Amino acid sequence: MESLYLLVPLSVAAVFGIGWVFWRSLHGGQFDDLERPGTDVLSDDQ
Amino acid sequence: MRMARVAACAACYHCGLPVAEPGRWRARILGAERELCCAGCEAVASTIVAGGFEQYYETREATARTPLSQALARSAVYDDPAAQKQFTAAGEGFLEATLILDRIRCAACLWLNERTLRQVPGVLRADINYATQRAQVAWDPRRTKLSAIIEAIRAVGYDAWPFDPQRQSALDRDTRRAALWRLFVAGFGAMQVMMYAFPAYVDEGAGDLSGSDASLMRWASLVLTLPVLLFSCGPFFSGAWRELARLRPGMDTPIAIGIAAGFLASTWATVTGQGEVYFDSIAMLAFLLLGARYLELTARQRAAASLDRLARWQPSEALRLADEADAGSVESVPAHALVAGDLVLVPAGERVPADGTVERGASSADESLLTGEAVPLAKRPGSELVAGTLNLEQALVMRVTRAGAQTRAAAIARLVERGAAAKPRLVEAADRIAHALTWVVLAVAALAGIRSGDPWIAIAVLVATCPCALALAAPVALASTAARLLGRGVALTRSSALETLAKASDVVFDKTGTLTAGRFTIARLQLLGRAGEGRCRALAAALEASSRHPLARAFQDEVSREASRGSRVPVEDVVNFPGHGVEATAGGRRVRIGTEAFCQGLAGTPAPATPRDAALTPVYLADDGGWLSVFLLEDSLRPEARQVLDELSAAGLRLHLLSGDHPAAVGSLAGRLGLLEWAGGAAPQDKYMYVEKLQGAGRTVVMIGDGLNDAPVLARADASIAMGSGADAAQAQADCVLLAQDGEARLAAAAECFSLARRTMRIVKQNFGWALAYNAVALPLAAAGWIGPLEAAIGMAASSFIVVLNAMRAG
Repeated sequence: MESLYLLVPLSVAAVFGIGWVFWRSLHGGQFDDLERPGTDVLSDDQ
Repeated sequence: MRMARVAACAACYHCGLPVAEPGRWRARILGAERELCCAGCEAVASTIVAGGFEQYYETREATARTPLSQALARSAVYDDPAAQKQFTAAGEGFLEATLILDRIRCAACLWLNERTLRQVPGVLRADINYATQRAQVAWDPRRTKLSAIIEAIRAVGYDAWPFDPQRQSALDRDTRRAALWRLFVAGFGAMQVMMYAFPAYVDEGAGDLSGSDASLMRWASLVLTLPVLLFSCGPFFSGAWRELARLRPGMDTPIAIGIAAGFLASTWATVTGQGEVYFDSIAMLAFLLLGARYLELTARQRAAASLDRLARWQPSEALRLADEADAGSVESVPAHALVAGDLVLVPAGERVPADGTVERGASSADESLLTGEAVPLAKRPGSELVAGTLNLEQALVMRVTRAGAQTRAAAIARLVERGAAAKPRLVEAADRIAHALTWVVLAVAALAGIRSGDPWIAIAVLVATCPCALALAAPVALASTAARLLGRGVALTRSSALETLAKASDVVFDKTGTLTAGRFTIARLQLLGRAGEGRCRALAAALEASSRHPLARAFQDEVSREASRGSRVPVEDVVNFPGHGVEATAGGRRVRIGTEAFCQGLAGTPAPATPRDAALTPVYLADDGGWLSVFLLEDSLRPEARQVLDELSAAGLRLHLLSGDHPAAVGSLAGRLGLLEWAGGAAPQDKYMYVEKLQGAGRTVVMIGDGLNDAPVLARADASIAMGSGADAAQAQADCVLLAQDGEARLAAAAECFSLARRTMRIVKQNFGWALAYNAVALPLAAAGWIGPLEAAIGMAASSFIVVLNAMRAG
């Protein structure tokens, strides 16, 4: 199971990476208005 | 008499009201000719189609509001640079402001507004937040003005006000973001740690999992649980620290102790390679707790944000006299720029811009803002004027005593800030229970741990019996209900009122403005002389055409009808006698309309005796040749009044009617509405004592009135509901305000208040019951060692979640 010694630390690093991505999107305002995307689907235009 | 053809009427395609004149107003929408009910709807529908926004009609979920026909506040006022400094931000060649949108019905309305805004030439950016219904607009001041932007919104049937940044809370947004971030860290960390813990669960000691592998998993779990502990659980630790510093353990202490102890023990186990680790339970516990708190936060913020709709920046100008002696030297300044000692001109029909005293002139003022009664008060030199009240009949010159934030109206508005500061008694009781419970839990945990020699038992006890369910039970339900009520047009300024409303036994109604609409109509007309009915009506309409007296409005309805029939009576030399009536010349004779005494001055003889109905207000018409007629006006009853009263008495409440009006009038109204308990001619002190007497008999009294009418009585009652016609912040003195929609406060909303309040309290009690029952079961089980920290964590967090979900049912 030596591969575990590579994969587990990799996964820990991946978690931090994903956390950073979420941080960016959160502070970019993507979670400020959660109702709009639901109705945007109905509009035809851009 | 209105043209009323019922039943077979088509419905207006835009607003849904019946079309009284089919064929008169139409528009081509979505490929077919549609019937519309009025010129306003036609204008708005054409604008929408011309802009290429027909899609609005396809996706909307509700019909639009009927376009406003009365004059709106002059939008040019928004362009005043000094005023704009209060709510706009300047950038490189552009200005930016947040607008609160009004008359929104559904998401399609928001879409329509956004597209419309973007089409206005000069608008650089327009973004609408669907959750808060606010628009961020940036525009180039060289190409367009804010007034043009607001006019564009009005052209498609809506309205907008600049959002006062003093009330704006970027803090709300940051708080929500921080809470969501913590939640994510806890949730994501928990998921990952659970994956690492999985091998240990399925390993049956058969040796598949070697010691070093198991150790690797544990270390990985520790590394990922660390941010969850230090960051996401931060609020629990700081809360617990605060509580311990005051030696008042509350909700956070057991959580913090349980989590910290669990983590330290698991770390020790990881380092020494012996014993069990519980990183996954701790992370999951944190996630569920934070999840529940996040739901509560959003519910609360949503209710507060909706209430902010009342925080419109009110445009107000004042006409200041630059030269005190010269009444013509007026300059227009924003109301907030006035200082004590300034002399201002208040024209007839305008609102008083600041508190002050009358210097010159005689008129009457409508102070329903303060008293709730629309009867005008005479004003002469030396009389006090209150900011926000309406000057009715003639221009007044006023010396300012208090302006801006010092005015009485502003002080009242500050009372709105109180919000949900006062905790309901039920919640305070919960806090006390939790406080006592915590000491018990700590003691039991310590004892159990010592007796069994296993620290994990102590931890299990701590974690299992955390009283979070108790803490979450009430606040979420109250916040949810407040938000839901707001959607129905009811603003709860104090959520503690829900508790009182649920317990209410008696409801006391005010008459004018509450059960009646505060608008007078002509009930009957009695001829006293040689002129016919048509002539009398036409004369009255012509005389009252420019009067601002509340009674005059009943006659002004006649004006449009006479105009269309072409039988308008020309009048000249109109002279207003405040408090008495109007005099003018018509057809060569002097004519007067007004009080009996006033008209007698012209007619010469006393009025002929007429059968009087005490419920009706008489207005006399006479000319220099004698009496002509008497009009009997009545204050129209709100159409939903009877229904609301029936609903409330069906719910078991005892209803009362208290009014300062003539007892005969009040009695007849009570009879019409089926009210058994009523009192007329009641002065404020009488009303106060009436309520006090009821309370002395052990009853819980809710008072429904308007404005600050009888403020002491409203305060005396156990809970108060105010009619919010006019959206004056003054009404917020009450616990609950029935907001005006399209200019009319909905009395029907009052009945909903009571039923929703009862439902909410039921749910809160259910939650308390569940939380206590759960703890009663979990504590002995954990102490006996029958459930480990993992099961304890799941059980406790799940019960918190159940409580929160149940609470959201209230909203």
